[in-house]
Amino acid sequence: MVALESFDLPAPPSALRVDIEQVSHGFQLQGAPLPVLDQVDLAIAPGEFVALLGPSGCGKSTLLRLLAGLDRPRAGRLLADGHPIGRPDPSRILVFQAPTLYPWRTVRQNVAIGLEARGLLPARKERIDEALDLVGLTAFGEALPHQLSGGMAQRAALARALVNDPALLLLDEPLGQLDSLTRITMQGELVRLWQRARFTAVMVTHDVEEALLMANRVVVFSERPARIKAILTVDRPYPRHRDDLVLQNLRREILDLMGFGEA
Amino acid sequence: MSLLDQADAGLVLGRTRRGRTPWPGGLAVGGLWLAAAAIVHLWPDGDDWAYTDALAGIEAGLGLLLMAAAFAAPGVRGLGWTRRSAPWLAVLPIGFTLWEIATAKLDLLPRPFFTPPQAFLEVYFDDWPRLGDSVVHSLILLLTGYAIGAAAGFVTGVAIGWSRLVGYWVHPVLRLVGPLPATAWLPLAFFVFPTSWSASTFLIALATAFPVTVLTWSGIAGVNSAYYDIARTLGAGERFLVLRVAIPAALPQVFVGLFMGLGSSFAVLVVAEMLGVKSGLGWYLQWAQGWAAYANMYAALLVMAFMCSGLITLLFRIRDRVLAWQKGLLRW
Repeated sequence: MVALESFDLPAPPSALRVDIEQVSHGFQLQGAPLPVLDQVDLAIAPGEFVALLGPSGCGKSTLLRLLAGLDRPRAGRLLADGHPIGRPDPSRILVFQAPTLYPWRTVRQNVAIGLEARGLLPARKERIDEALDLVGLTAFGEALPHQLSGGMAQRAALARALVNDPALLLLDEPLGQLDSLTRITMQGELVRLWQRARFTAVMVTHDVEEALLMANRVVVFSERPARIKAILTVDRPYPRHRDDLVLQNLRREILDLMGFGEA
Repeated sequence: MSLLDQADAGLVLGRTRRGRTPWPGGLAVGGLWLAAAAIVHLWPDGDDWAYTDALAGIEAGLGLLLMAAAFAAPGVRGLGWTRRSAPWLAVLPIGFTLWEIATAKLDLLPRPFFTPPQAFLEVYFDDWPRLGDSVVHSLILLLTGYAIGAAAGFVTGVAIGWSRLVGYWVHPVLRLVGPLPATAWLPLAFFVFPTSWSASTFLIALATAFPVTVLTWSGIAGVNSAYYDIARTLGAGERFLVLRVAIPAALPQVFVGLFMGLGSSFAVLVVAEMLGVKSGLGWYLQWAQGWAAYANMYAALLVMAFMCSGLITLLFRIRDRVLAWQKGLLRW
């Protein structure tokens, strides 16, 4: 395990510590077993931003679903602050690749849904305005999802997650469907959100540059069934720049690991 | 109101900037109605028809109102429909006049199967208590049965869509019995139920419930599973998932089921009233046919058409309100 010495921020007390211990998982595909995760071992410190990088379809998203508690692993243990993860919990929130807002609810009602589901809406109404403000959608509270652009919808989905004050934010290629300019903006915004709200973040991506720009550590996975090939520490201050030489060297190293040495 | 503006631009030719010049198209349409009234009034009937002058009076009244609208329309809101409907408003008096000539004036068409327009008026003026009473009875029977069927179908559909156990037991029954036309139960229902009214209510409910159940179920089954995953990670329990996620997501389909159910409930209503219930429009039709009172039959059919169309319109209005969040709703 790589040591974590240099964070930009001290680990906040509310962030979650995550331990993934010898986790294996698989599905049944037309009767045949399909192994997806193979003995994955990873410890994530509170407040850390970890990027999971690997070829598409390798099982990274499955790991996120396990961390969210939506599925249970075939073997191994997942711990949140030392407690086994058995089912979904609002302290661990997953943001999907598609924003998937509820089309019959306004942006504000979408953001409110977590508080509403837990019966906290009257007590914490002001949190909704804060979350909308945080993602820059204050003016769009009463808009319906189909009136939003892709970037705005993804920001609304982020606000919907953040309003619950997650201790662990799981991001499944959250910027994957955005155009490249919106994507660059959102990468910066996400890092700022993480620095302000101080949660632990685990982000799945297949964009090497994105992982290096955003994460404290980058975990590189093999082809399916996914096992950890390497863990790289990105010891650079934020905001980071694409042309940073350290990042460029890391990028070359990662591409080599993934078998794109010539690229 | 872009349609209206286009009509304005295209049709208003003689309007000047200062004065209010009447809209010539409106005057022409009004004139057609007045001409129709003149033909009805001045051309003697081939036979003795009561209400010929009433028909002329109504047509003349409509003509005068349309002319008044043509003078007022440029400035008055709420009269835009006279322009959008101008072609219809022009064709109707022509059609009425041809019909009037072929029946009342020249007696070209065999009676009593063909009746002139004033015969409708005769029915509405003379038999309105019975006709009105029939409408009220039909509406009460229909809406009672429909409400029961829609509620039962909705609850069943949600239950099948949500619970594996309910689906396992109810689905085969639904598959076997659902497609059976509700009217096939008619003899049995009239035998089993204490009154023909309760039997008919049951049949209307049955006819409504089948499409509502199937479409609610398919709506629930088709909900994007990510909606559930997201709600669950945000802390939603089972109750919240059903009431706040599954049902709202299924509502567009539910309304398709309600629409189809309303259509089948009309069919059952009429059959039930013709065969058992001693009131309502179906009964009125049957009764009129027994007396060879064709004018009464046609008049009742027209009332029934307005009733059914009105109910469908009402349902669509409700849907437009409830599903206002949807893009590209069909306008009825």
